Amino acid sequence: MAGAASWSFSENDFQQIQAQLQAFLRESNARCALLVDRAGQLVATVGEAPQFDSTAFASLTAADFSANDQLARMIGENEFASLVHQGEKESMFLADVAKRVILVVLFDQRTTLGLVKLKGKRAVQKLTQAFEEMFKGVGAGPAAPQKGVLEGAEDEIDKLFG
Amino acid sequence: MSMINYASREINCKLVYYGPGLGGKTTNLEHIYGKVSPNTRGKMISLATETERTLFFDFLPVDLGTIRGFKTRFHLYTVPGQVYYNASRKLILKGVDGIVFVADSQIERMEANVESMQNLYDNMAEYGYDLTKIQFVIQYNKRDLPNAAPVRELQEALNPGWPIEERARQKVTPDPVHVGHNLVEKIDTQWIGRAPYSEAVAIRGDGVFDTLKAVSKMVLKTLS
Repeated sequence: MAGAASWSFSENDFQQIQAQLQAFLRESNARCALLVDRAGQLVATVGEAPQFDSTAFASLTAADFSANDQLARMIGENEFASLVHQGEKESMFLADVAKRVILVVLFDQRTTLGLVKLKGKRAVQKLTQAFEEMFKGVGAGPAAPQKGVLEGAEDEIDKLFG
Repeated sequence: MSMINYASREINCKLVYYGPGLGGKTTNLEHIYGKVSPNTRGKMISLATETERTLFFDFLPVDLGTIRGFKTRFHLYTVPGQVYYNASRKLILKGVDGIVFVADSQIERMEANVESMQNLYDNMAEYGYDLTKIQFVIQYNKRDLPNAAPVRELQEALNPGWPIEERARQKVTPDPVHVGHNLVEKIDTQWIGRAPYSEAVAIRGDGVFDTLKAVSKMVLKTLS
């Protein structure tokens, strides 16, 4: 492989993912759910709009998850499929989805870690199915490379960079 | 791994600034942060030690413009340069679309440059990525210093060229920046490719945007 292939999702995929996250938030009573890809890019946000810089948050989430993955291997585990960061008022639950995306759930005292974990497990299963469907057709790799999304835009690219 | 979101009409790409410790990777990002309008860039995150050495990474998101109605958003990362931090350095390469290797031009740092370049090859290979096929530029930084090695020597050590086997790429490709030089050429019977390079004094901002533009353009062209 030359490098990391690109991946994309359509508006339909996006709506389906959003609907699943919304259902999860209703069931778990969590404040907000974010999906972040393993390279640190924010894929979706549902629920209360975060008051922080969500782009920076996404990059730190991916780094956090990757670092913990390596720690897991060092102690003889394949992975830590989920992580919890518990604060006095605000907490986070992170879980792997299809080895490509991370589900991040922000919650407070209106719910409990137990409920978030319980409902989170089901949500992860559904999201995994949805993402695997999106990635299907390209073997074990990521979604089909989106060569062509800017097809014929060479001039525009040249112009953009002067 | 560029990510294309058709719902929000965004293309997200990941660029990583790699290179030996104290070579100027963070300085590149700081200059970009300082010069780009706050409307088109996000917050810069630095995970550094108390002595300002990068511990995990620096991160800066920048919007470079709109093409075909898609907002092009680049996520710029640096890695910790010190040899000691290889485990965290490798993590940052995950999903990379383009790499800037920031070389320290000082003659005393030649060995550190070569070691870091080898480390980059190794870490990329561990992910199954081929450095010679990814969008890759080299920036020779600190060109203002009296002990800076000549570019020719740096090129020989860090960018000697790799064999080009694919027929489609076997054509003389002039370097658009350095007149009289080629990025792809035939030497004896072998086709050789080299990474584009730029010269910089990152602390003054010289060459910083040229480097960023070069690599971003190359990454976007892979989508065209």
